[in-house]
Amino acid sequence: MTAAPLLSVSDLTIDIPLGGRTLHAVRGVSFEVSRGETLCIVGESGSGKSLTSLALMNLLPGRLKRAAAAMSFDGIDLLSIPERRMSDLRGDRMAMIFQEPMTSLNPAYTIGNQLTEAFLRHRKTTRKEAFGRAVYLLEKVGITAADRRMKQYPHQLSGGLRQRVMIAMALMCEPDLLIADEPTTALDVTIQAQILLLLKDLQKELGIAIILITHDLGVVARIADRVAVMYAGELVESGPAAPLFQSPAHPYTRGLLECIPQPGKTRPGEPLGSIPGLVPSLTGRVSGCVFRNRCPRAEEACSGEVPVVAFGDARRVRCLFAEGVR
Amino acid sequence: MTVPPILELKDLAKTYQVRQGMFSPKLPLKAVDGVSLSIPRGETLGLVGESGCGKSTLAKLLLGLEKPTAGEILVDGVAVSGASWRKELSRRIQPIFQDPYSSLNPRKTVRRIVAMPLEVHGIATAHERARMVEEILDVVGLPRRAADSTPNQMSGGQRQRVAIARALVMRPEIVICDEPTSALDVSVQAQILNLLLELRRDFGLTYVFISHNLAVVEHLADRVAVMYLGRIVEDRPAAEVFAGPRHPYTRALLESVLTPDPALGVPDTRLGAVFPNPIDPPSGCAFHPRCPHAAERCRGDAPAPKADGGGRVACHYPIERTA
Repeated sequence: MTAAPLLSVSDLTIDIPLGGRTLHAVRGVSFEVSRGETLCIVGESGSGKSLTSLALMNLLPGRLKRAAAAMSFDGIDLLSIPERRMSDLRGDRMAMIFQEPMTSLNPAYTIGNQLTEAFLRHRKTTRKEAFGRAVYLLEKVGITAADRRMKQYPHQLSGGLRQRVMIAMALMCEPDLLIADEPTTALDVTIQAQILLLLKDLQKELGIAIILITHDLGVVARIADRVAVMYAGELVESGPAAPLFQSPAHPYTRGLLECIPQPGKTRPGEPLGSIPGLVPSLTGRVSGCVFRNRCPRAEEACSGEVPVVAFGDARRVRCLFAEGVR
Repeated sequence: MTVPPILELKDLAKTYQVRQGMFSPKLPLKAVDGVSLSIPRGETLGLVGESGCGKSTLAKLLLGLEKPTAGEILVDGVAVSGASWRKELSRRIQPIFQDPYSSLNPRKTVRRIVAMPLEVHGIATAHERARMVEEILDVVGLPRRAADSTPNQMSGGQRQRVAIARALVMRPEIVICDEPTSALDVSVQAQILNLLLELRRDFGLTYVFISHNLAVVEHLADRVAVMYLGRIVEDRPAAEVFAGPRHPYTRALLESVLTPDPALGVPDTRLGAVFPNPIDPPSGCAFHPRCPHAAERCRGDAPAPKADGGGRVACHYPIERTA
């Protein structure tokens, strides 16, 4: 028997009230993450991937409504947990890294101050011990002269260094789960590769589970164990990375992969594939397949109920014409 | 007689004077340092490098937004200079910038935004201008009714189409594309790249395509110039560069490109993280502190660009050709 997953989410729904109407930003999203595993949630802007990650941490803005059939983290029911206990988890056992390190670091405090804050909040410890752990982690994430960096302010560091500081900060309390929302999008490709390598190494060493949110299929392919593709608030396809990239089953996943130039596959100068049309409005009643207005395979039946089809024990596809799954 | 290249840069340099602290003296920062490039008509030059390498400063020089400290820009073999240098450049060279959310005035109508370059240059009557705007909106695939909308009512892809229309309404010969798709969603990015390919074919445009996404550069460019700390370290035909980079920095950039192939995993480029301080550049070859092959000579002696295949490489120990 396999061990119970670290995090499990079932039927997550997020509604945004807009005046009299409601925007159904996330609908019926279910997934699981096990210890030591990387799940990538991939989607374009407006797909609900960032809202989903904020919902896990219970960090959604107050007016947004979160609902789910079940949501648990290491046996703790995240739906009924009081906010007091949730804030004990946050930054301790569940940590998060955001896209733009400059906006998520406080410019008025030193790196050292910000690194030790959560550790001092969550642990019975001394400043000295916290300082020592911060220096240890800064070195771990590849920052040289860590002692000196502790006294610096965020503006004195480059973008790549700031993102490393964010990672060190997230690791201060040895989290079981790390949620990284577009952690490398604002960085150069060279730095991106280094940060991803670092995350992979740290994961191997510490056994943390990672949820990585991104729009970049290249990043997903290289780092994910499992992939969840989101479109317009729904999970349209999920499964282990290798077979998913080898034989994408949902027309949206296939379309996305055809949109990016791939050396050796696309011929230079030839037109790339594209997904015509726009994401539908998610206000009011949303029914049928949300992708049908842009889908080359769409038929009459797609405006009706579209069930999630399971292939094997890991692959899930929300499409009537899911095909070619191995 | 040979046809002169449509765009030629000769030893172009831009040095800024910057202070590192409020009371410290001003120090020179060589943002662009002796760049020589030549682009034949109708070709696309991909300009790549990390942030801070000077590629955007180079774009500004080409657009006439900054005045070079030294060197010259030749269009069709004629040096651009004199009192009207800026106007002359903007007539023939137009930009498309990265972020259509900040490069377009959100409160002006598309009609006004696109007509603006024509007005500035005093081209055509108001009536003709209106016709030219409608024509160019057709060309970039925007509906005519979009002319009366404002950018804040449009999606990212539509905004970038407006920016392209604004660049093309002047019928420029050269378009400087500075990261034109980086701010867009994947599916929209493909549409804009396809449009740029179509326009290049239909109007015989010459592109300078600045991007950090080498997969996109490989798809579009005929030639690739790699920039590091204000200098061009490798400048060769795209097919050659992608088949076998010669400069170690080019190879590191290429290895960092994440193609969607799960079998490959995350690459280890063995490239030190620290991008050098441009005010205090390393001695010798500026890349030596990060270079896995750096030797004693690289520390003291800056390599001059040497002819290599169909282009040039500035490295004492270029990577051996595999084929």
